Amino acid sequence: MDLNDYKVSDFYDELVTTSGRPRAASRALWKYLKSLDAEEIAERKAACEVAALVAGITFRVYFEDTGIDRAMPFDLIPRVIPKKEWDSISEGLEQRVRALNMFIDDLYNDQKIIEDGVVPADLIAGSENFREQCRGFSPPLGIWAHICGSDLVRGGDGTVYVLEDNLRIPSGVSYMLENRQVMKRVFPELFEDSGIQPVDEYPAQLFDMLASLSPRPYVLEDNLRIPSGVSYMLENRQVMKRVFPELFEDSGIQPVDEYPAQLFDMLASLSPRPVEYPNVVVLTPGVFNSAYFEHAYLAQQMGVELVEGRDLVVDDDNNVFMRTIAGLEPVDVIYRRVDDAFIDPEVFRPDSLLGVPGLMRAWRSNKVALANAPGAGVADDKVVYAWVPEIIRYYLGEKPKLANVPTWKCSDPEDRKYVLAHIEELVIKPANESGGYGMLIGPRSTRKEQREFARLIKDDPRNYVAQPTLALSTCPTMVPGGVGARHVDLRPFILSGQQTFVTTGGLTRVAMKAGSLVVNSSQGGGSKDTWIVDTEAAGRAGGAS
Amino acid sequence: MMLARLAEHLYWHGRYLERAEGLARLINVNAHLNLDLPGRIAPGWEPLVRITGNSELFEALYDDDVGERQVAKFLIADERNPGSIRSTLEFARENMRAARDLLPREVWEQMNGLYLRISEQITGNVSKRRRHESLADLILGSQQIAGMLMGTMSQDYAYDFILIGRYLERADVTTRILDVRADDLLPEQAEEVPAFESIQWMSVLKSLTGYQMYRRHVRTRVAGPDVLRFLLRDRLFPRSAIFCLKALESLLTGLPGEDDSALRATTALMRHLDSARMARLKGEPLSEFIDRIQIELGDIGQHISQTWFQSAPE
Repeated sequence: MDLNDYKVSDFYDELVTTSGRPRAASRALWKYLKSLDAEEIAERKAACEVAALVAGITFRVYFEDTGIDRAMPFDLIPRVIPKKEWDSISEGLEQRVRALNMFIDDLYNDQKIIEDGVVPADLIAGSENFREQCRGFSPPLGIWAHICGSDLVRGGDGTVYVLEDNLRIPSGVSYMLENRQVMKRVFPELFEDSGIQPVDEYPAQLFDMLASLSPRPYVLEDNLRIPSGVSYMLENRQVMKRVFPELFEDSGIQPVDEYPAQLFDMLASLSPRPVEYPNVVVLTPGVFNSAYFEHAYLAQQMGVELVEGRDLVVDDDNNVFMRTIAGLEPVDVIYRRVDDAFIDPEVFRPDSLLGVPGLMRAWRSNKVALANAPGAGVADDKVVYAWVPEIIRYYLGEKPKLANVPTWKCSDPEDRKYVLAHIEELVIKPANESGGYGMLIGPRSTRKEQREFARLIKDDPRNYVAQPTLALSTCPTMVPGGVGARHVDLRPFILSGQQTFVTTGGLTRVAMKAGSLVVNSSQGGGSKDTWIVDTEAAGRAGGAS
Repeated sequence: MMLARLAEHLYWHGRYLERAEGLARLINVNAHLNLDLPGRIAPGWEPLVRITGNSELFEALYDDDVGERQVAKFLIADERNPGSIRSTLEFARENMRAARDLLPREVWEQMNGLYLRISEQITGNVSKRRRHESLADLILGSQQIAGMLMGTMSQDYAYDFILIGRYLERADVTTRILDVRADDLLPEQAEEVPAFESIQWMSVLKSLTGYQMYRRHVRTRVAGPDVLRFLLRDRLFPRSAIFCLKALESLLTGLPGEDDSALRATTALMRHLDSARMARLKGEPLSEFIDRIQIELGDIGQHISQTWFQSAPE
């Protein structure tokens, strides 16, 4: 691959320095990529595409009324982060999520943070995601956001900022896992001795975290019950291998089997002291949801049932069951991928067919754990985001380890005046939208769009915040005719249960169009494998050749 | 552990795919009969519409025009007929799609491919020769799916429910095919009857891929009561009614739950088949006997649905 031609952008580049030389952690990768000729690259690229297509890594794009499945563009060149840097990012994420969970728990209970004047009362009053139905309740361990996906970006000076926290039903982790599978198949030689940290333990960690939420006390029982889904997962993995023979032959790819082994180990480790195995399920809105692939994938990887609302039923004593061929089977933990508003027609939208009548009663009486807890989205709000540094200081008495992007709150008269005067330089974001919808990127907008947003802000100031346009970092990316610099962000996932777990790296999303800052998959963004490289370990082993 | 909703989808997948295959076999046997018999005693095409239970819809759509072309279109390609091969195949595919995560990936791809291929082939006016090829292709495709499942899928509850649907439907198909023959077209006193009777029963056997097996195991010339006995009571031929019911009995025994009403209904029907006197079954009595079997098969289906698909809050 001719990398001498790679034009280093004016932005911070993840792999190379301004002088065009690879950064320490990417040296081995760079050398390797350079050693491949055009034909080899084309071959690997085709192999990636086939792998992604056959694995069914698709998401649904909504265009007018018709949803279509589309493969998410996957880029061959990984993004590399040195382990040392990642360790401190990871600590910062843990700190942030810990504080956010305390904040949510406080909001639904005593609201001390408002009483103490740290955040204004209208923070809740104007929040779409504040659920009155959750007032006066605290889930076990006070944890509301068990699964958090935070978006990180790197600015021009190399600082990593948190751009937003997704506390409702963040998605993308399946892409992170699948991307790694694809990379290992296509570039097996790179993974030898390169010190790249594995990512596959996420499903096992997710399961452990969900299981730890079970309200049913663990009791001794004669038999260890193994959820039957495990066999499907193994079956699926076997099938995957049969589907890919040509890939294995062409590229000398080694089988990747560690996940089932880990899961088996985990199950086997339970046997000396047999406990009743909590029933964990993934609740999906169904096959037409844009993230259905991920729901099915995670359920399979964890070996648990993938259920829809109509599979569940809540009885008069607030117990939750799933309808099985053997009658009603108790459910202890629900990893729900259905939005709050649709989760229980008894309490929220009465017309919802996706939810389960009575689920909120069951949750509030501690008969079932919901992850994430309903109402957790209150802290997902872009306006709350602006207050996170204060929130961390207030609850933890610590200095925030990760930087927030400077944010103007349009509800504040001074800030609003500034925003309206500088609208063409700023990024304007609505408080409750996600997926990159409904925002204005000042420097790329027309006069007409700016006037429209000025009006929106004046009509509903609470609903808007503004941030400077960030000089997002870039990463070398395969583009037609060679390699070009494309903007990237990063979405790691943070699991909070009795212990906290941060994924090793996360999902790197990449804007496939030159100069574009929009990385969302729903708007044509692609993804990359993300390597956390332990340079010291790699150095000792001599690195990849 | 098996979700009732997924079990139901797989059961219906099994039924619809077997039904599509059975319909193809039914149309083939009728086509052969019409070719083999002289015009005045050939069955024509009207009995097929009646046997598949769609006379009213057919009359509404085609008036009184019951030629081969109309009936074939109605039974094969007509999207307005929920019992046509096209519709049935689509239901088989949609039910499998809903539970595809439980099956080996290739099986789903095979089902999807079969549906797409066949529905494209049978669009528009199809010549008799091409029609025959498409029906043969469908029968082969259905057998391939059955084979792939047997060869690659863990034999868990998901597998069991596909088989339950398949065997229940297959018993129904075999009896319906006998019904084509029972709809007695041969005037009792006609002189050439014995010769043609033999031809008719051979067609029935061939449509069920049963001719060779019949010759090997029955070892008599093809005669009505023997064929009936073979297709209803042979313990070894996989499309005989009793074989399907025995398979069903064994599958139902392995399912969880206290309610054994489906199992009891199955055993009762097996008893009825065993005690029937084949030599007397021809013409009207045969037709009535088959109607009764089909009612009992319907009852088994009801019991299966109530027992395993409808768990309600206690």
